[in-house]
This record gives sequence, structure tokens and C-alpha cells, in this order.
Amino acid sequence: MSDSVDVSKGLPPNPEKATLEGKNKFLGFWVFLGGETIMFATFFGTFLGLRDGTAGGPTASELFSLPLVFIMTMLLLTSSLTSVLAMYSMKKNNFRNMMILTVVTVILGFAFLGFEIYEFYEYVHHGGLGFTTSAFGSSFYSLVGLHGAHVTFGLFWFITLMLRYSRTGITLTNAPKFYLASLYWHFIDVVWVFIFTVVYLMAIGGA
Amino acid sequence: MSDDLSKPFSKSALTHEELLKINRERKIQIAAFACMIFLTLLAFIAVAMDMIAPGFTIPFILLLAVVQFALQLFYFMHLKDKDHEWPNAFMLTGIVVSTPALIALILLLGVTKY
Repeated sequence: MSDSVDVSKGLPPNPEKATLEGKNKFLGFWVFLGGETIMFATFFGTFLGLRDGTAGGPTASELFSLPLVFIMTMLLLTSSLTSVLAMYSMKKNNFRNMMILTVVTVILGFAFLGFEIYEFYEYVHHGGLGFTTSAFGSSFYSLVGLHGAHVTFGLFWFITLMLRYSRTGITLTNAPKFYLASLYWHFIDVVWVFIFTVVYLMAIGGA
Repeated sequence: MSDDLSKPFSKSALTHEELLKINRERKIQIAAFACMIFLTLLAFIAVAMDMIAPGFTIPFILLLAVVQFALQLFYFMHLKDKDHEWPNAFMLTGIVVSTPALIALILLLGVTKY
């Protein structure tokens, strides 16, 4: 795999893996995602072990509200779709479409983050659940907060890429970067699937 | 030479067949998304309805989560595609290591009682 590319031949079908660097990034990022899976699993395990330890504080079923979680889930799920569609635009060398779809992804991501901040604010100030209130509180804020931190990081990742490459078009340098950011965003959505099921729905459902 | 890597392309090298294939894949992705929305709705409805017993609801929503997990990984993250043998190996390793960690944490924390 060489470092040179004949631009006149057109964008290759899989621009994210057309160069050696792109292939290496792709492989390395999956190693990272495998590790992230394990890290999140330990946070989930801790939460599941500690969630009954409310120490006289508010319990999960008292705090959680189904509509809020539903809206957040829909926002994140839709942003995952727009991010997947952005990657198809990238493969077709449609830079404008890719940027628009990425902007939509970022907007949806910020909406999600806003709801999460609102949620935490409500729990702390009106729900009476602080980080140190109970084992449930600590493990809940750690797990969901860690996910929120990932969302924040992903958003700034997208924004940085969009600013840096706002005028360059799709190149073999930036295609792997956009592709990995999109993979990361899907992974965040994967984690959220388990958060809304294990943390919220199981608590509201009475387990 | 490597400067070319930062040059944009005026056109796409996709052949007509490849373009059709990509458009077909794109449709499948949208179908997968619709499926995920449906599963999410199902999970929320199962929990919102009081008449369904928790003994059924909890395993049911966990099963839905696992199905959605697979849909996300295999479709949105392309794990089903060719050239994804190593990513599959990495994710599988992650899941294999996660499983005992998860079980151990749940059991041990439950026993020691914080």
C-alpha cells in the first residue's frame, strides 16, 4: 500500500480503508472499542451490585420518569442513523451531504446531552439524590455520567473534524477520521441501549 | 507524493454496480433503524403497561436489548461485512472478558453489601 494516490481516478469505494494509515486506524479503533466494552461492563456490574443500596435516600423507581428516557433514547438512536447515512454520503464522495448529516448528528447529540444535564440537575436539586447520598447514587452517576462524558467527547470530536475539514472535501486523510468518529458514535448508542434497559426500564419495571 | 492524500476528489470511482450495492445497503440500514425503533417502543410499552408481570417484562426487555445490540454492531457498525474479522475478534474478546467481570461484580457486591 503506497502513500500516493491518483486523484483523477476518483474516490475509491471504501475511502476509509484505502490507505495503510486508514487500515491501521480502523484496526486500532476496534481494539479500543473492545476495551471500552470491558470498561463499561465493570461500571454496569457495579451499578447492578449497588443499586439496591439506597441508604434511606430516594430509590430508582421514585426518581426515573419514562417519557424523559424515551425522548433521550429516540434522540440518540436517530443521531446514530444520521451518522450512518453520513458515511454512505462519504463513500459516494458527496461532501456536502456528509457535512449536513454530521451537523444533524451533532445537534441531536447536544439535545440528548441537554436532557441528561437537566435530568441530573433535577435529581440533585429536587430528587434529593447527590453523588454521595447512597451507593445507588454514586454508581448511577458514575455509569450514566461516564456515558454522558463519552457523548460530550464524541460531539467535540465531530465539531473538531468539521471545522478542520470544512473546506477540504473528502480526502484519503480525513475519510478514516470521519469514519472512526462515526463508529465511536454508534458505540455510544450501543452503550445507551443497555443503559436505558438496565438502569431505567428495569428500575421502573420493578426488578 | 503523500500530499495527494489531502487532495479532494472531483468524482467517485464507484462503478454503477457498486453504487447500486451501496444504495441497497443504505436501504437495509434504514430498515435496521426502523427495526430498532420498533424494539425500543416494544421495550418501553412492556414497562409502561402495569398489567404485564415484572417476571416477564425484565427478561423480555433484556432480550430486546441484546437484539438491538446485535443490530447496532452488525449493521450500523458493519461487523457483518467482509474485512471485519479482526474487529469481530476484538469485540468478542471484549464480551468474553466482560461477562465474568459483570457476573462477579453483581454477585460479589451483592454478598459483601457495600
